[in-house]
Amino acid sequence: MGLEFIEGNEAIARGALKANCDFFAGYPISPSSSILHHMLNKLPKVGGVAIQGEDEIASIGMCIGAAMTGAKVLTATSGPGMSLYSENIGLAVIGETPLVIVNVQRQGPATGSATKGAEGDILFTRWCTSGGQPMIVLSPATVSEAYELTYRAFNLAEKYRTPVFLLTNKEIAVTRESVDLERVELPRLVNRKRAAIGDPCLPYRFKALHEVPEFADIGGDQITRFTTSSHNEAGYLTSSPEIIQKMIDHYAAKIKSAEEDIALVKQDIEEGAEILMISYGITSRSVTVAVKKMREQGYKMSSLTLQSLYPVPRITLNKALLGIKRVVVPEMNMGQYIQEIQRLIPVGVEVVGVNKMDTTLLSPDEIIDRGVLS
Amino acid sequence: MSTIIDTYLTNEISQLPFCPGCGHEPLLKALDEALVTLQPDPTKTVIVTDIGCIGLSDRYFITHGFHGLHGRSITYACGMKLARPELTVIVLMGDGGCGIGGTHLLNVARRNIDITLLVANNFNYGMTGGQHSLSTPLSGITPTTPMGNLECAMDLCGTAIAAGAGWAYRGTTFDKDLPDRIAEAITQPWFSMLDIWEMCTAYYLLHNKLKKKDLMDIMDRNNLKHGLVANNPRPEYGAQYRATYVDSATLEDKPHTIETKFSNNVTRQIGIVIAGSAGQKVRSSARLLAQSSMCAGLSVTQKDDYPITVMTGYSVSEIIVSPERINYTAIDTVDYFVLVSVDGLKNTKSRIKKLPSTCTIYVEKSLKLPHTEAKIIRLPLITTAKKINRLSICIVALAALMKDSGIINLDAFAKAITTFQKPATVKLSLKALYAGSALIQTEQEVDSSRGTVHNKIFNKPKGELK
Repeated sequence: MGLEFIEGNEAIARGALKANCDFFAGYPISPSSSILHHMLNKLPKVGGVAIQGEDEIASIGMCIGAAMTGAKVLTATSGPGMSLYSENIGLAVIGETPLVIVNVQRQGPATGSATKGAEGDILFTRWCTSGGQPMIVLSPATVSEAYELTYRAFNLAEKYRTPVFLLTNKEIAVTRESVDLERVELPRLVNRKRAAIGDPCLPYRFKALHEVPEFADIGGDQITRFTTSSHNEAGYLTSSPEIIQKMIDHYAAKIKSAEEDIALVKQDIEEGAEILMISYGITSRSVTVAVKKMREQGYKMSSLTLQSLYPVPRITLNKALLGIKRVVVPEMNMGQYIQEIQRLIPVGVEVVGVNKMDTTLLSPDEIIDRGVLS
Repeated sequence: MSTIIDTYLTNEISQLPFCPGCGHEPLLKALDEALVTLQPDPTKTVIVTDIGCIGLSDRYFITHGFHGLHGRSITYACGMKLARPELTVIVLMGDGGCGIGGTHLLNVARRNIDITLLVANNFNYGMTGGQHSLSTPLSGITPTTPMGNLECAMDLCGTAIAAGAGWAYRGTTFDKDLPDRIAEAITQPWFSMLDIWEMCTAYYLLHNKLKKKDLMDIMDRNNLKHGLVANNPRPEYGAQYRATYVDSATLEDKPHTIETKFSNNVTRQIGIVIAGSAGQKVRSSARLLAQSSMCAGLSVTQKDDYPITVMTGYSVSEIIVSPERINYTAIDTVDYFVLVSVDGLKNTKSRIKKLPSTCTIYVEKSLKLPHTEAKIIRLPLITTAKKINRLSICIVALAALMKDSGIINLDAFAKAITTFQKPATVKLSLKALYAGSALIQTEQEVDSSRGTVHNKIFNKPKGELK
């Protein structure tokens, strides 16, 4: 088709439309607002509905309601809005609602530097609601990845009936890049598995713990139920410790068992390397430059770019760690994802974080000086 | 062959969990009677419940059921109704939900989305121990108002009407016509609400004398009408949305694609900063530069920085062009710096001081620059632009940059202008382009304070502007 010059937020809207998103609700907040603009402009043209909610709580609430009638939904916000989403994210987990949530990270806490970038919400997104269930979190590094991963996020939300997060950054969201979206390779579109008509209403039925229950649309021919409370397979309130535990195990199992299916890691492995860079998001692009520079100077280095942060792609990480003596984890926060890496690190391997959140990008030289040469 | 449904309650109705004498049971039975009267298709009907004792209700109906978070039931209901307009959506919420979710009540009334809200108003939080709510009458005794309630009770119907609700009713579970009123509310093709006063025998009645007659007295004392409070129809949001946006939608947006038609002389990643004032078309001109670079086969990124206000203060755009994929998108070493106004200068002063000798600054000649190692080219940008259009100053400056540096063919810039600008502005922009490039031969004032000759890192382009 040819090149376009678009920002990450537009790419997200385009990825959502490509995934047949048909409902959007969101509330203005920098730097995510242009996703709202794009969806309000684009969605009605393909027969969908987009609305600006009265606040973030209403926006995600409308999304959950629409999703349970069968719609493929998207909402988008930035840090402070994520705080307001928190309770409803728990609802989407317990109600097993397919839902894609974009968090365009900005420097915080609170209002912080509202129009500047950061990667400060990594652990917040992982643990963003009460109850502590596993989450699926993807993180693009470029405008075209924002497009691709939004599309993939819809597939994962549909497949696993769960909220899926796209964790991006002001630095991708409102930076324009020359891209050719037509050339982005996308997997086949996935739609949630529907219950056969005529079956009794058992909206939360599964045999094995990791199985994803079949979905019946509210407003569809089969009467169905949705609830925020601990429930049995029929969606009725239960106080049975046995059933409650089974459900808790189920929410975890369906995501944990899908670890390999969800894992998206770009690997740049150099034989004999003793240094491994692990990065994600916009910072991974500085790492690419840093690695090239260091290799030109004769250093042997490997690099992993994580496009999926959660569930932690342990298998790939463990494999890449073989023979490594130093791991460098640069982040635009004060050391968050490094904690996940430290959990996996064998004794004797040094883990170095390169961190700042002064609103500017980590430069390749900073990563080299503080991560490799220090 | 549709059969008449004689009840919308499931056969578990005998096991309702409510306390003896609780108003929720008569309320649910009145709702059932209303549904029996209307005979909606249960598969096209959803009962959405809030938190609180009333939140236990949805499972006793043969319709779809949705039990959501405290105060947020209206939001789920609105999402369902907008996504599936054919549904009959009924919300059951307590007075507590009206408190924590007050904004949703105001906004559904204001938007006028076709859901029906039944408020089971029993003046306290029955599920959490009888704490006072926004509807607890003045002087009412609760665990959280042990000496009597000091807060004025909220007039829920009046509040919703003030926000735009077209249909509102105030009644009690003792009203003989409650089922008819609920049926009437559901029939309204826009937002309708019923504020239904009832008894909480477990808590509120423990500490307060409240009989059926007392409910009427409270209404009288507070000038609250018993019965239909408002019936002022106005257009429903969803119907308007579909008529305005969906039904009249034009064809899907076609993306603006750019074809590579021109050559370039860029051999490495180049950083360009354009600094000016808001309202000087800094961002859109920078975008044209970016698009022309794409026409010349380069990878490009653009970042803009400006204050939250409009038409005042600075506006700075950063463009990176490269023959390869661009990874690091910050410009640590600027190659070309375009400066067109005092605002732009103020914002970038500290940056200008640090510019290296490899950088060239194209600056409006009246601006006083701080000391810098960079090569300075002073140009009459303001006077040149004024002859064409004040707003063309950035294009004038960028044309000078392109002509002088030779990084991109000026034909590519002309192509970007004719492709992406509105027809009305194309002519002026092309004029600005010619005028800007002409400045390089005629008006160039090279600041030789550095005492060195600026080394161009590029060759002049082969194709010249015709």
